[in-house]
Amino acid sequence: MHRPSDTLRQAQGRTALLRMGFALMFLILALRAGEVASWPPPPQPHPYEEPQRPRRGNIVDARGALLATDIAGQSLYADPHLIAEPDTTAQALARIFPNAGDMTQKLRQDARFVWLARHISPAQARAVLEIGEPGLVFRAEPERVYPQGPLAAHLIGHTDVDGRGLAGVERAFDGALAAGQDVRLTIDIRLQHALEREIGAAMETFSAKAGAGAILEIATGRVLAGASLPDFDPARAGAASADRRFNRLTLGVYELGSLFKVFSTAAFLEAYPKEGLAARFDTREPLRSGRFVIRDYHPEERILTTAEVFEHSSNIGAALMAERVGTERLKAFYAALGLLEPMPAWPLSEVGRPLVPRPWRDISTLTVSYGHGIAVSPLQLATAAAAVLGDGRLRAPKIVEEIGAPVAARQVLSTATAQTMHTLARLVVTGGTAKEADVLGYAIGGKTGTAEKPGATGGYDSTRIISSFVGVFPAHAPRYLILIMVDEPKGTKASYGYATGGWVAAPAVARLVQSMAHILMIPPIGESGNNV
Amino acid sequence: MARAFSRADDSLLARWWWTVDRVSLAAFGALMLLGLMLVATASPTVAERISLPPYYFLFRHAVLLGPCAFAVLGLSALGPRWLCRGACLLLVAALAGLVAVLFTGGEVKGAQRWLSLAGQSVQPSEFAKPALIVVTAWAVTRPYGVSLTWGRRAAVGLWAVTVALLLAQPDLGSSVQITAAVAAVAVLAGAPLRLAGFGLAAGAGGLVAAYHALPHVRSRVDRFWDPASGDTYQVDRSLEALSSGGFFGVGPGHGAVKARLPDAHADFMLAVAGEEMGAVLVWAVLALFALILWRGYARLAAGQDMFAVLAGGGLLALLGVQVATHAGSALALIPAKGTTLPFLSYGGSALLSASLTAGAILAFTRIRGQPGLSRGTLTPRGAWP
Repeated sequence: MHRPSDTLRQAQGRTALLRMGFALMFLILALRAGEVASWPPPPQPHPYEEPQRPRRGNIVDARGALLATDIAGQSLYADPHLIAEPDTTAQALARIFPNAGDMTQKLRQDARFVWLARHISPAQARAVLEIGEPGLVFRAEPERVYPQGPLAAHLIGHTDVDGRGLAGVERAFDGALAAGQDVRLTIDIRLQHALEREIGAAMETFSAKAGAGAILEIATGRVLAGASLPDFDPARAGAASADRRFNRLTLGVYELGSLFKVFSTAAFLEAYPKEGLAARFDTREPLRSGRFVIRDYHPEERILTTAEVFEHSSNIGAALMAERVGTERLKAFYAALGLLEPMPAWPLSEVGRPLVPRPWRDISTLTVSYGHGIAVSPLQLATAAAAVLGDGRLRAPKIVEEIGAPVAARQVLSTATAQTMHTLARLVVTGGTAKEADVLGYAIGGKTGTAEKPGATGGYDSTRIISSFVGVFPAHAPRYLILIMVDEPKGTKASYGYATGGWVAAPAVARLVQSMAHILMIPPIGESGNNV
Repeated sequence: MARAFSRADDSLLARWWWTVDRVSLAAFGALMLLGLMLVATASPTVAERISLPPYYFLFRHAVLLGPCAFAVLGLSALGPRWLCRGACLLLVAALAGLVAVLFTGGEVKGAQRWLSLAGQSVQPSEFAKPALIVVTAWAVTRPYGVSLTWGRRAAVGLWAVTVALLLAQPDLGSSVQITAAVAAVAVLAGAPLRLAGFGLAAGAGGLVAAYHALPHVRSRVDRFWDPASGDTYQVDRSLEALSSGGFFGVGPGHGAVKARLPDAHADFMLAVAGEEMGAVLVWAVLALFALILWRGYARLAAGQDMFAVLAGGGLLALLGVQVATHAGSALALIPAKGTTLPFLSYGGSALLSASLTAGAILAFTRIRGQPGLSRGTLTPRGAWP
């Protein structure tokens, strides 16, 4: 038993024990603090250092209007190490980006860089700033914008989120654009708008599902406008359906029917230059060849001249012409016009391969004379038609302006035949199947086409047609070629139930020529070429 | 200031001035100012994240500092008898609060620790800690000449009740701290060192072994005691902050850890300090606390009042263990436990409790010699070398 003074003395002594114990404890803590401080610094934030891509070149139209350009934009990423509360942050982000997927999983990653949203709008950036989370970081990124919206979307093309060209000019000229060079197109955006407006109006009037068209400058082969409808906004190409993104002008191939009479008639005139327009064709009876029977849509039931065959679009007459031309010569002529192979010189990668008869029998020669059994892309047909209805010289279509470059042209038929074709084409508009295409003072000449589409079970489906018109103006010395094609139009009350090329495409071309006259300030002229 | 009081002055104020440990008093003052600075840098980020005005915590902390400074000075002037009475009242109130908190307390992160009192959140466990130490010291010294054992039994009983209430919240950190401080009182009061050493080794060894050897125990223990420490996220962020701070820090206000750890302004204040001002500041903080402990135990070694030696020694141990658990957590030397760093962390109850502890430590370590004697003779017999 201790006396109080003993216990006090013991307590006094034991304070030294506690003093030493705590001194040791604090020494350990201080050493540990020094050790941790001398560790190599932890990974720095934002180690993602991909060099910023240089500003991508502009795409402009022939007159310099901006079609595609880069603007300063920003993207959002996360540094998950900086984010204290991933769940609540993810909830806040989900309200700003409802379609961005599982943000929680991204914010919980053991990384220092995770993309959350690319190319966000200023309003979204502001909302993100208001979350006030330091782990949400913006990165300046150029953003591709298309000021003309969906106009010429299939030709201009689009890029992926990192600015790499995926289609159209953006893809074909990716190298130059990525290096910051501008690309000038032959497109005139005013004509482009007029063309898309008229095709769109025809599609709406006749409840069609699609359409395509082009305006070519005959002397140079420049594509002044090229359309494929329905279209899409290239800035949001990823959200568009494959059907909308499909390029019907150069990648799709179609049986365009009677438009081919332009080529078969020209082939006949080339083969029989002396007989020429004086030839007669008996179209009173359907033409039988083996198990095939060739009939006319509006039978004239008489003997027709060459001009009348063309004017009234007689299938029997065209087949009889082709029969006289012969398989080898017709095939060679079509090949010279570039109708049997994919367009060789088109710079964009969306090029369709024509469907031609294989094997090519004699009956094929009869059917391809009026455009059955052969499918080509609309631009391919327009190119060939520009030669036949123009000056007889074939020029590869151009989409990119090449200042000073010579125009490569190849004579594919005689000038005399081409002159005759102008006259025939003008007859179609003045007295034949395309009276709706006439515009006073602009002497349009052309050819209608109404083709049944192949049916689902073989053969042809008379309820699903492609109606088209290819024309030139002014007809005595053509400068411009226009092609309009409408896919699956339905007849209306105003058209008496008809949905043929003459009813659907010809009036659209007439309205387009009126617009072109205003836009290009083309004065009206008389029928023979003198001023009115 | 020193000129203000003559050694011959016999007033209460003069007696206090010449007997209190003015170095420790200055150290406490430095810690309080440092705390204000750290709360200023760490808390706006936290406040904004939980949609409070940015200076909400800083304002509350600054407003509380005045009363706390007054409490330190006031308590340090009191005599042992008054401190004991105050501690008894405080313990009764705190135990009542600990009971109440189990039924009405607001649950925060899986534990019920907070009591709403007159519109303020109060954490009774913070006040139970220093009060229990003083009362324990009183109980074991009280029964001279009556019975040696009833006071000790009462002390053990009080400790058991307090720890049981704390574990019920659950609050393992406070339980460990209070047990360590009571053990310090027992050692000073004459408990056999072999027994104390054995108990310490067995307890610590058992805890550590179970925790490290069996992963499922570790995971269950973590989740049961503190759901927030279910993974090593907090400790990893703390170490990252301290190592990125290096020896001289990334600069005041430039730290990142306060934005990543939900309770950086309280449970990981040392990481905030180390990141922004480097290991130099961490060492300075540890040195200030070590200075207080060193001088405190040195003065108690000359103490003439058994109650003052036990109570002062216990409170110093409580302060030391609190610092050690906070720093040990931040430095990943022990499993992460959400405890505050006295004076430096934000927290009204913690700050007030730390001030009461500091005031009582200063009071118990006052050297009560005969006033009017020269400084040299103030030193009691046989104490200072």
